[in-house]
Amino acid sequence: MTQILVNGMLLSANYALIALGITLIFSIMNVLNFAHGQMFMIGGFVVYYAVVVWGLPFPLGLLGAAVIVGVIGMVVESVFFRRVMKNSSREENTMLLAVGTALLLENVALSLFGEKQRGIPPIISGVYRLGDAFLPANRLLVLGISLALIAAVLLFVNYSRTGRAMRALAQDRTATLLMGVDVPRISTLGFGLGAALAGIAGALLISISGVNAGIGTAISTKAFIMIMIGGAGVMSGALLGAVTLGFAEALGYAFFPGSVTYLIIFIGLILFLLFRPQGIMGKPWG
Amino acid sequence: MIQVSRRTMLMSTGALVLAAVMAGPSGALAADKVLKIGQLGVMSGPEASWGLVNKFSALATAEMWNEKGGIEIGGDKYKIEIVSVDDRNDPKLTVSGAERLTGEGIKYIIGPNMDTTATSVRPIAEKNKALYFPYAFARSLYTAPAENAVLGMVASYQVAPVMYKILKEERGVKKIAFIARNDSDGLLQREEGVKVAEALGLEIVSKDDTYESSITDFFPVVGNVVAKNPDLIVMSSVAPAHAPQIMRAAREMGYTGLFGAESAQDMKIINEVAGEMGSGLISIGGASTPEIRSPYMEEFIDRYTKIAGEWNDEAGTKAYALEMILGTLQKAGPAAIDDIEVFKAAIPEFEMKNPFLKEDAVVKYVGTADFGQKRQIGVPMVITETKDGELTTLSIGSVE
Repeated sequence: MTQILVNGMLLSANYALIALGITLIFSIMNVLNFAHGQMFMIGGFVVYYAVVVWGLPFPLGLLGAAVIVGVIGMVVESVFFRRVMKNSSREENTMLLAVGTALLLENVALSLFGEKQRGIPPIISGVYRLGDAFLPANRLLVLGISLALIAAVLLFVNYSRTGRAMRALAQDRTATLLMGVDVPRISTLGFGLGAALAGIAGALLISISGVNAGIGTAISTKAFIMIMIGGAGVMSGALLGAVTLGFAEALGYAFFPGSVTYLIIFIGLILFLLFRPQGIMGKPWG
Repeated sequence: MIQVSRRTMLMSTGALVLAAVMAGPSGALAADKVLKIGQLGVMSGPEASWGLVNKFSALATAEMWNEKGGIEIGGDKYKIEIVSVDDRNDPKLTVSGAERLTGEGIKYIIGPNMDTTATSVRPIAEKNKALYFPYAFARSLYTAPAENAVLGMVASYQVAPVMYKILKEERGVKKIAFIARNDSDGLLQREEGVKVAEALGLEIVSKDDTYESSITDFFPVVGNVVAKNPDLIVMSSVAPAHAPQIMRAAREMGYTGLFGAESAQDMKIINEVAGEMGSGLISIGGASTPEIRSPYMEEFIDRYTKIAGEWNDEAGTKAYALEMILGTLQKAGPAAIDDIEVFKAAIPEFEMKNPFLKEDAVVKYVGTADFGQKRQIGVPMVITETKDGELTTLSIGSVE
């Protein structure tokens, strides 16, 4: 049982970074970023090239992933999304744009990085024992970095001037505009921060499971599950969604044949949404 | 500054395009006949490497022949042109891809890569009289009344008896566990593997653990398998991307036994993802291990590396399809280029020197034992083991 709890904890922390990024973008822009998984993938590849190809230290690769994917996010927001949102009142247009961006990034990655799985050696080696559970040192380090980053993001969003502007934008776009906030700038920064979080998650997880050009869709799917559970656009909901999914996976894989786990998760999600479509922490729509 | 009107610009561009179209291809076509070979498979998404290795292998072989002036069939030289279609592992796209290729008059198609996609090609191939070379193991594809598919590699159920026997007798394996991808290929390979293990008297300690191809962390899944304390963990239909992740997760949980895979793996990926935890994987390879490869294989590896950017050990099994198609066409004669019945008639007696092996061996069509007809390329059954970051040859056999 200890191993199951350890697995749940490790998965939850990894997923939390992914969920935070996608919910940040949704809250500020009201855009479901279908390309979130592809941004995760690019973060992983940045670290791969930094560490394996160019021989740079991992922290530099991690920083590079955050910056590069963050910049990609800002460019995508200011060049594509802002324009489409300005010219179209239909929400599905931004969804289609997000899907198109996902396909674009995936195919560019396939051309640039090739079809192979890429990975880096563990950042630190060794395995700890927690009761009868195994806790690899590398996963523990990733857990620690993830928790530190989550705390940093929450502090930034809650207490910095820019973070408060992001939260204001999430609550009421018109009121924020009337209060003199530079909405386009905050939107771009928010999208960039959300993308950077996806990049960091990819950069951390490449040291555990590696990445390939096609991994994006699976990551995006998990991200959507998490924010549907927790409530789209709510930070605490994203974290709750991550913990729920992480432990559901760990428990499911331990007690049911492997593939039944996600079947149960999806059935549970459908039933849950029937009763609480806005998620645990989300406000009812309308 | 010179002012250029939009109309002048458009006209100039049009003239340039027209000139390029008339001067380029028509000159080349006049000099050479072209033999088009199709390649259809998954080249994007998590399984992208399976189809892309087919594509790069076919391109490498085609380039090597084309540099020599092309392939001579019935006294005429043909330049080889590879036409690739990505089916994204979606049978609907496989069907449209097969229709597109056969619509272009292509009679020989390398791929697809999965049972579902390979099965979906069958009606198209039969209707349009095309022959295809899948890398999928469903017996129904190659057993009469089906006769338009030729298996391009050694099937898992052909490798398993040999592999498990070696591991039982030489490595003392007694307890075996299976972990399978949850798709038709993975489940089929697992069922076949379980039958073989039972026949050999091995104790099956786990066989229900499966995972989706979209899995992102194997730690929780592998934990169940490791807890059963097997001597060998067989990864059924494992993708090269997933094998090192499973191995690493198992080793991190204290597993010290062996791993088995009845599909080709890639040493570079294993080294990158699993590092020193990647030793002890027994899998099927091609003719690419250094101790058995011929100079022609070395040349193929160089060419493949130039095209794909780096070598992939999977290509050792996928180097054979185009060479066999070309060799058979040479023997069957020019009529076979447009008539697969002529090609099929040449299959039973056809054999050629295996160009990829250093030793003097022949490669021919096999499959009678499993399919009742020769509908399989006789790729050597090279069983390899990963040891200290290298692929080493454990045994070499053949399929009849």
